[in-house]
Amino acid sequence: MAEEDVNQVTPGARVEEKLYNVRFKTDEDRSHLIVLDNQLCNRCVDKPCTVFCPVTVYKWENGEHKISVSYEKCVECGACRIGCPYFNIEWKYPKGGFGVQYKFG
Amino acid sequence: MKRLKRRTLSEANLAATDRFDVVVVGAGLAGTAASYLLAKAGLSVLCVERGEDPGTKNVMGGILYRQPTEKILPGWWKDAPVERPIVEERIWLVTPDSMVQGGFRSARYGEEPYNAFSVLRVKFDKWFADQAVGAGAVLVTDTVVEDVLRENGRIVGVTTGREQGDVHGDIVIAADGVNSLLSKKAGLHPELAPHQVALVTKEIINMSREKIEDRFLLNANEGATIEVFGDSTMGMLGYGFIYTNRDSLSIGVGALLSDLIKKKINPNVLMEHFKSHPMVKRLLEGGEAKEYMAHLIPEGGAASMPPVYRQGMLVVGDAAGLSNPIYREGSNLALMSAKFAAQVCVEAHERGDFSAEMLSRYQTLLDESFIMDDLRGYSKTSSFFQGKPQFLERYPEILVDALHEFLTVDNVPKRAKQRRILRQVLSRRAPWELARDAVGALRALT
Ligand SMILES: Cc1cc2nc3c(=O)[nH]c(=O)nc-3n(C[C@H](O)[C@H](O)[C@H](O)COP(=O)(O)OP(=O)(O)OC[C@H]3O[C@@H](n4cnc5c(N)ncnc54)[C@H](O)[C@@H]3O)c2cc1C
Ligand code: SF4
Ligand code: SF4
Repeated sequence: MAEEDVNQVTPGARVEEKLYNVRFKTDEDRSHLIVLDNQLCNRCVDKPCTVFCPVTVYKWENGEHKISVSYEKCVECGACRIGCPYFNIEWKYPKGGFGVQYKFG
Repeated sequence: MKRLKRRTLSEANLAATDRFDVVVVGAGLAGTAASYLLAKAGLSVLCVERGEDPGTKNVMGGILYRQPTEKILPGWWKDAPVERPIVEERIWLVTPDSMVQGGFRSARYGEEPYNAFSVLRVKFDKWFADQAVGAGAVLVTDTVVEDVLRENGRIVGVTTGREQGDVHGDIVIAADGVNSLLSKKAGLHPELAPHQVALVTKEIINMSREKIEDRFLLNANEGATIEVFGDSTMGMLGYGFIYTNRDSLSIGVGALLSDLIKKKINPNVLMEHFKSHPMVKRLLEGGEAKEYMAHLIPEGGAASMPPVYRQGMLVVGDAAGLSNPIYREGSNLALMSAKFAAQVCVEAHERGDFSAEMLSRYQTLLDESFIMDDLRGYSKTSSFFQGKPQFLERYPEILVDALHEFLTVDNVPKRAKQRRILRQVLSRRAPWELARDAVGALRALT
């Protein structure tokens, strides 16, 4: 699919690799991001959250017909709060002192 | 300089000292500046920050300007952890294989008191917060402010994510950045729309000082900036930047969130596109990536600003939408708005009046300053360029091809060349379109 081609990067430049350098303090008990209604995601044609999130927290799970949320790598930019066309993402800050901890900024 | 210890309050004594003249939410530039000024004026101030330390959540290019920052802390740059004073600013207009360059360099900028500095926010914010604590502000970190505290419909403080975490304050200053959940909770702010924010990614690339100075043609410890327009944003409205730090580069690129959604482009892919441009790649060669970050910038100018005051509350900095990204201004607006807010808090405190009417003085101060004048202009600029990709794609290409034609020595008489260039330009854009865009762009930028 053409779309996927545009969003290819060379191995080594993938965001997964880049995140090795980023420090996180993960709240193991609770996700600060919650997709509210799977039905809406099913109907959401482009599923933009899977593309615009700078660290690809959201992934469409074909088999399960739902979005999976890897909240532990979220860098708290807030884009998904604004960019989900159905406001289907409940967005909170991680608990105080948790989440991303930049070293340079 | 003496290292000041901040007073981190335990859960128990947060409840015990639960009344302050002013509660500031967020220890970014605006929040810390307000806390510092208020503490110096003798008011009791609590500043609440959700990060482990001030700065750990914050991302900036980041060029911090000497003069506006001196309005808060005279001589700040002598002690603050700055990276390099900026002596040269360049602008590049790029097509996939070429570049048109403009720039300004001044030896004056390399001398005291300097004009601007590159900074890294994690270091800077921590230092800045220490100054506020040194002046008497109380700083609590690791704590999320969840909501405003209301009594009979009036705002009387904030609730935090801690047990017994309610804190009373006569005035709450929302300095909680671009996402400002607090001003939305207080009913000031509807949600932003995707065309009102830019999503920017940034990386830190480690590099030796000598290499940086060689590549950017700098004397020891001097810094340079490059802003990159055109192909760098894959046809989306935005730009890329490269700034020199002491022993690293800051590289970033951003575009309107609405454009990223429309074009279905992932921000890391945009970053890699930018980094792979031949002129950019050359500057980064041999560097080592150290950190990847993402942050939003408010993009709407005055037109998408929320109301910035109500009874018991003021909104400052990015939270109020105060940013002028085309001129790389945000830090200075955050600091100046904090100064105005602090001034109004002091007046309100003296009169014991925290009504909306009293606090509307803050809006007046913003209106009378350069801030609102610039931001009204920015609304015009950003709405003009939205939906006009020709400025980022077609026009740079036309310009590059014209320069190619002109500068390629091939024994064609100059007059014939000029005619050929004109023909080429007109074959790609009708005269009336050119005229309309030129007039429009001039109006939008002035
Ligand atoms: C990539 C990028 C590059 C930029 N480059 C430049 C530049 O070169 N020059 C320039 O002048 N400007 C630049 N800007 C703009 C500038 O960074 C901002 O305008 C400025 O940081 C705004 O300061 P602020 O204090 O309002 O917000 P912030 O600096 O974002 O501070 C907000 C603070 O509030 C805290 N917070 C948020 N919510 C809560 C809560 N509920 N409870 C407790 N704490 C909370 C956050 O953790 C944070 O510390 C850039 C911005 C970006 C994103
Ligand atoms: S953008 Fe919103 S509705 Fe669409 S898939 Fe993502 S979360 Fe679901
Ligand atoms: S806040 Fe930003 S990083 Fe986190 S999930 Fe949303 S888009 Fe991704």
